[in-house]
Amino acid sequence: MEKASSPSSSPPAAGDRNNREGIIGWLNPGRYGWERVAYWLQRLTGVGLLAYFIGHIYETSNLTQGFDAWNTMLELTQTPMGHMILLLVIGMSTFHSANGIRLVFTHGGKGVGSPGRPDYPYDAASLNYRQKSGIWIALILAAVAMLYGASVLFGGE
Amino acid sequence: MIVEKLEHLDKKRANAHKEKEILRSSITLKVMRANRAAGENPHYDTFDVPVQRSTTVLDALLHAKQFSDHSIGIRYSCRMASCGSCGMKINGIPRLACYTKVSELEGSVITCEPLANFPHMRDLVTDFSQFFDHHKNVQPYINNDKADMDTQEVTKMSEFMQTQEEVDKFLQFSYCIKCGLCYSACPTVATDTRFPGPQALAQAYRYFADNRDDAQKGRLEIVDDKHGIFRCHFAGSCSVVCPKGVDPALGIQLLRGHLLGFAKGEKKNAELKDRSKQQ
Amino acid sequence: MKIHYMTGIGALFVVAVHIMMRLVMPYNLSLEYENVIANYHNLPYAVLLESILVLIAIHGFNGLRIILLELRQSKNWEDFVTILTIAGMMGIIGYGTRTIIVASGLSLG
Repeated sequence: MEKASSPSSSPPAAGDRNNREGIIGWLNPGRYGWERVAYWLQRLTGVGLLAYFIGHIYETSNLTQGFDAWNTMLELTQTPMGHMILLLVIGMSTFHSANGIRLVFTHGGKGVGSPGRPDYPYDAASLNYRQKSGIWIALILAAVAMLYGASVLFGGE
Repeated sequence: MIVEKLEHLDKKRANAHKEKEILRSSITLKVMRANRAAGENPHYDTFDVPVQRSTTVLDALLHAKQFSDHSIGIRYSCRMASCGSCGMKINGIPRLACYTKVSELEGSVITCEPLANFPHMRDLVTDFSQFFDHHKNVQPYINNDKADMDTQEVTKMSEFMQTQEEVDKFLQFSYCIKCGLCYSACPTVATDTRFPGPQALAQAYRYFADNRDDAQKGRLEIVDDKHGIFRCHFAGSCSVVCPKGVDPALGIQLLRGHLLGFAKGEKKNAELKDRSKQQ
Repeated sequence: MKIHYMTGIGALFVVAVHIMMRLVMPYNLSLEYENVIANYHNLPYAVLLESILVLIAIHGFNGLRIILLELRQSKNWEDFVTILTIAGMMGIIGYGTRTIIVASGLSLG
């Protein structure tokens, strides 16, 4: 028998895009449960954090232009709107980190259960309460971090 | 203790599966119609169909086909969730029409559309060619040089011995009926035409885990591609929609665990039964 | 993908330290020019900032690359995305490193 030592054929070429859901498929998280919501949030927070990171590197570079430039930057960012954006960033980074840790384990096959004999109602072992509670913990941590952040930013410390 | 509580919740969920039944005497079927080969744009036709408690969506579609419009294009065969032919989007979610009772769907209008992510051919029928190509690409057969498939000698015709535990490692993945629901639900398949999809990757794990197969390294090389297993992000939608309990997401994560080196322990390859002493 | 996992885990620790540093004194005080410059004069902290820069740039732009690669599949697109994200990575790392180096040489007050 021919061994599967290397692919006997390359994967199918980029194929028919007819009837593919496209980005709308990503952006609709509501049909398939918590894991799909977590996937959607992980992507959104990742892109959001990248955008913030680029902005943050730019804003901190004002330091090199001296005291006045730095204070001008602070006047722009240390405003209620700036604080709201920062709160959002706090929530996004907490969720992205906590969910990311869950995913590192999951992608390695840990915490997804083990194969067995499926029986009605055929509930999937991988979509277990360990995964769901991991997602909920990430959301709760994000909320807690945002609350703490709000107390620091708006609390006048 | 927390882990035990979570496991208890999982068992409770499995045991207390009660479908919420909505009993109606009739429903409105909204079916997407289009003949793509003739260049038609899709539109929806509606049919009023009488239903009973046990009526499935497939029953309703066939009623509409028989009494209202013979031209409705639909694939079906076994009518018992065994062949995988009648996969379609029902109220936005990929399901098997024969396995979905009307009484478990909310609302008086049931929308039937062709499966997403498959090229649309006509009405509720889609093209499965690329889906099958992805499946073929993962070499969905046992690779083992020890088995002489061409022998004519009875004493050399043998079988691999497997324990029940060894079978259980891959059994659930062998229940796949290639219905395509997982492929339709997957967010990566929604945009990436080179991604094999949950079905093919789960089958790659099925043969990887089967200890009659001794081509593990080659199987990992096949899926270790820029558009391969690493494009799965465990959205889990494939396992949500799978009607046979295959749980493709589990297979994919376990396979990736082997690729990343998380999984320990070598597979003990199955031995051929010694028939040399038999007549 | 292993790079994505490793940079993610690495970034977690260093970013946590970076955020904690904003809380060792009242928040508004921690953002004053002198205090920020003092941070950059602290060599271990400057190294921490550089490591955050590198890890987050790689993790973030690699993540963007993954998302963009899934959108379209052609050789031109894949090459474009890879070049764009590597350029973005290097640009951000270069720009941020410049800030760290210049700021560590600035005098207080």
